[in-house]
Amino acid sequence: MARKRETKTHELIRRFRYNKSAVFGLILILFLVFIAIFAPFIAPQDPTPSPPQLENSLKPGFWSNESIPGYPLGTDMLGRDVLSRIIHGSRTSLTIGFIAVGIATALGILIGVAAGYYGGWIDNVLMRITDILFAFPSLLLAIVIVAVIGQGLDKAMIAIGIEYSPQMARVMRGSVLYIKEMEYIEAQKAIGSSNTRIIFRHVLPNSLSPVIVYGTLMMAGAILDAAALGFLGLGAQPPSPEWGAMLSESRFYIVSGSWWAATFPGIAIIIAVLGLNLLGDGLRDILDPRLKE
Amino acid sequence: MKWYIIKRLLQIIPVVLGVTLIAFSLIHLAPGDPVITMLGQHATQHEIDEARAKFGLNQPLYIQYFIWLSDVLHGDLGRSIISHEQVTIEIGSRFPNTIELAIAAMIFAILIGVIAGIVSATKQYSVADYSVMGVALFGISMPVFWLGIMLMMIFGVFLGWLPIGGRIDLMIPFNSITGFMVFDSIITGNGAALISVLRHLILPAIALGTIPMAIIARTTRSSMLEILRQDFIRTERAKGLSERKVIYKHAIRNAMVPVVTVIGLNFGLLLSGAILTETVFSWPGVGRLIVDSVYDRDYPLVIGCILVFALVFVIVNLITDLLYTYIDPRIHYD
Amino acid sequence: MKAGVLAIVVCGILIAVSFSGCMETTPPVTEKVLIFACSGDAVKLDPADVTDGESTGRTDSIFEGLVEYKEGTAEIQPCLATSWVPSADGKNITFNLRHDVKFHDNTTFNADAVVFSFERQYNTSHPYNKYGLWQYWGWMFTDISKVEKIDNYTVKIVLSRSNAAMMTSLAMFTVAIVSPTNAELWKGDAFKHPCGTGPFKFVEWVQDDHITLKAFKDYWRGAPKIDKIIYRVMTDPSARLLAIKAGDIQGMEFPDPSSFNSIRADDKLQLLTKEGMTVGYLAINNGYGYNDSNKNGVHDQNEPWIKTPGYFKPLTNRSVRQAINCAINKTSIVKNLYKDSAIVAINGMPPFMLGWNGSINDYPYDPARARELLAEAGYANGFDTTLWVMKQGRPYMADPPKVAEAIQSYLAAVNITVNIVQLDWSTYLNKAYNGEFQLCLLGWTGDNGDPDNFMNPLYGANACGLGVAGNYAFYNNTKVQDLFTAALQTYNTSERAQLYKDAQGIMHEDAPFVFLAHANQNLVFTKNVQGFVLNPTGRYFFYPVDLT
Repeated sequence: MARKRETKTHELIRRFRYNKSAVFGLILILFLVFIAIFAPFIAPQDPTPSPPQLENSLKPGFWSNESIPGYPLGTDMLGRDVLSRIIHGSRTSLTIGFIAVGIATALGILIGVAAGYYGGWIDNVLMRITDILFAFPSLLLAIVIVAVIGQGLDKAMIAIGIEYSPQMARVMRGSVLYIKEMEYIEAQKAIGSSNTRIIFRHVLPNSLSPVIVYGTLMMAGAILDAAALGFLGLGAQPPSPEWGAMLSESRFYIVSGSWWAATFPGIAIIIAVLGLNLLGDGLRDILDPRLKE
Repeated sequence: MKWYIIKRLLQIIPVVLGVTLIAFSLIHLAPGDPVITMLGQHATQHEIDEARAKFGLNQPLYIQYFIWLSDVLHGDLGRSIISHEQVTIEIGSRFPNTIELAIAAMIFAILIGVIAGIVSATKQYSVADYSVMGVALFGISMPVFWLGIMLMMIFGVFLGWLPIGGRIDLMIPFNSITGFMVFDSIITGNGAALISVLRHLILPAIALGTIPMAIIARTTRSSMLEILRQDFIRTERAKGLSERKVIYKHAIRNAMVPVVTVIGLNFGLLLSGAILTETVFSWPGVGRLIVDSVYDRDYPLVIGCILVFALVFVIVNLITDLLYTYIDPRIHYD
Repeated sequence: MKAGVLAIVVCGILIAVSFSGCMETTPPVTEKVLIFACSGDAVKLDPADVTDGESTGRTDSIFEGLVEYKEGTAEIQPCLATSWVPSADGKNITFNLRHDVKFHDNTTFNADAVVFSFERQYNTSHPYNKYGLWQYWGWMFTDISKVEKIDNYTVKIVLSRSNAAMMTSLAMFTVAIVSPTNAELWKGDAFKHPCGTGPFKFVEWVQDDHITLKAFKDYWRGAPKIDKIIYRVMTDPSARLLAIKAGDIQGMEFPDPSSFNSIRADDKLQLLTKEGMTVGYLAINNGYGYNDSNKNGVHDQNEPWIKTPGYFKPLTNRSVRQAINCAINKTSIVKNLYKDSAIVAINGMPPFMLGWNGSINDYPYDPARARELLAEAGYANGFDTTLWVMKQGRPYMADPPKVAEAIQSYLAAVNITVNIVQLDWSTYLNKAYNGEFQLCLLGWTGDNGDPDNFMNPLYGANACGLGVAGNYAFYNNTKVQDLFTAALQTYNTSERAQLYKDAQGIMHEDAPFVFLAHANQNLVFTKNVQGFVLNPTGRYFFYPVDLT
């Protein structure tokens, strides 16, 4: 039999295609990315019209005959279109998720690789520091950081990035420890490669898969935390159409019957987070079943 | 074993100190004069004089840290800028409310999560399995505050079955003894109060407990699946034990080990989630207190809350760790 | 299957418990309890040391003053004083005090208590002076130079100059009478342990949760009809509304205007509404305040004007402020955010007040004109600024964050980029007193029905004291202040009216504020609460109330 040997990449892609959750997750995420990129063209209205059209305040959506054409999901208290704000909000959420995880990864790599590779007292000190950060329940850490550096979207990104960096550091460290033991690293050392070279050319590229898996899962958490900060008023500031903030602004009108402005942004959050969780789960199955531990 | 416990206890001391350092440095990291930070813009002269004397604000930073730390160890966390009440009293009066909420949520999460996980694992690939796992996946993807609002909306507003704020109907006479309202109403035999307290507790507990419930369900399922595949289960089946006995006597007990860990690890989620749940349900707990105090720049209160949260978290993690080491026969103490 | 059975049992319990609420779970009520839900907690319970309606909402049930307002009006009638005689020049007023009145701690009300209540505020060497800030004294009562005891039941109030509003101001909470014995007992903590002569006595204060008062059986008018009042803090307006619909509470303040239709349609509820003696405004930081070093509440010559912490150059320019006025569509805000439960404000006080200037034409909503004015001032490209807003509803503005966002959006259309900062109520006030913001939303409820009570503490230059200001725009036009001072010193109403009209004319040109709305006062009660009468001052008087 002459079967061509599959390259590693081909094998990965094949396994990906057969993993239903990964595919579904990827579709959801691509959908969201698409919406985020083309938001100004997709959204029916301006998400933050200036001056405001207050006369459209709290109008219901397509299910009611009091709805306004062009505002399919209804309007919020300030007359702004809920659907358009959700669409534009995808930009905010995806950006926060991405940058926060980026910060966490950068910090995590720094700390984790240093700790894992050099070991000894460096490892001890760094791990103690991450222990201290771990002593704070996740959202609380973000809130504390915001308490110091102030509120706002950019500050929230930094806070969430710092919040997830201990986890990323641990992942990196674990990965580095594992790889360090491998023979070809010993070989590299034996032939006299410098540490930096070893780290950049061998350790890091081989640690990629846990970063991808955990990065995806962390992004899900980051989006949830960003929405939480927005909900608490500590993240995105008005008039930014951030999903969490939208929920918080409109929840008091449910009691007088206007439920739409608070319900739909939550569904948007679920879609984004669900997509990332599915994708992350799937990637974990594909890239490294060992990581399931 | 004893040595292991002691060793772990020693290990958390630097962590705890680190937490206090972070808490202390908040006063100085925050913009502005530390006195104003600690007392608020509008302190009366009386308060400012007291503070300057007490905190030794002209001393070098590390001395201030030690003064502050010794105060903390004596139980003095300062006074809230807004209410002028002692921080320990502010936190202490709200602490039982958060704990009761967390416990109720945990009971919900463990009960439903474990049962769902077991059902799912024993009927793998069935409709039940897929639905449970589907719901669980939604559960971990849902923002807890949105879930809270939806529950309020459906059960509070549209159906009118349950109240949406506070802990108890204030018309009902109630004697508070320990501050734990469920406990108090039971020991004082106050049936009306107990029912009112439980009614106010249901929705927030479900909202808070859903994410841990989903995680526990998933973990239970995968843990059960792994156990069920193992050799010793096959042995038990071969011996002729009924399926039911196999599941109960052996599988569940062994599968619980990682679940216990997961419960402990998810305690942090409960604490974070409590912050959001309490805000949505106007629950008079520490979670809401911390949000309000961050908003108000009420630093003494912020710091007090941080210390309490972090300490509770560290202790629970420690207990979980020890519990895990104790019940998992595969771990050896190094 | 065991697991299945367990699950069913658990669900059963949950359902049973939720439905049990539909049945009678409250024990037969022998006590008449009124639970009143408020949007925020009191700041302090010492009536002389508070400036906010949450605090006075509670203290008005506990304390009384020499005089009080007739039901539903801002006219005074005797209370702890049975009669009074002004001197010929109007500068001394001698009061005869009521006999047989007890404080809640069983001590007797007499002249010593009156002197104590007043003196601790104005006499800086009084041993209890350091326990408070006494802001309202500085805003409204500095014309009182001394309060003297003549005998056990007679006091004399000595004014440094005549003051047309002083008698009606004596009905204010600032000069309510507190028990000196109680103050001695609690010293610096007395604000948490109030003791007065009023119909209800203090039971407990659980911070951020509730304050309980119970009927004072020995009240000099006879015990009140209800046995207990519980002021419950419920910051979430929808929680308040749901609670009152469910009958969990009997009264609430500040219903969100979007819920009025729902309330009117509910036959278990009554919506009490009345024209409000209020003003809600956007305060623009005009730039300068002063340090009141001698604490006399007046800007003296030796107290120079200094920049406020929130000083921001563009806003010190009159054309810029006028532009901001033209950029905001007040009519739309009143119609859509206040849902017509207010009227558009043109001047700094409502139209029914003495001296309201009806001939002033308000700035029209005209973004083009706004841009012109900005360009004239040199800000054709606009600028960035910060707007502060409080989270909770106030009597003059039910949903401040929404109004703030609307203003943000209106100003964006004329190139002014606004960043919104939200703060909790007491922090907010503290920082406003000190002029730390650039723009902020605030307002006022009249305290005594006299125009001076609006004009002087809100728009007078004397009220620009840093740290104790009531003039949140720090509008320090001394000419306007002179008009206010003159208007207070004459008893001739048409003279007063003219002076106030002139002042409003100048204020309109200077545009230190954007006056948004005069909101109606709205309270919701369950149908069985009888006898509550709204007072134009926005204060809550529960004594006549009965639960049927």
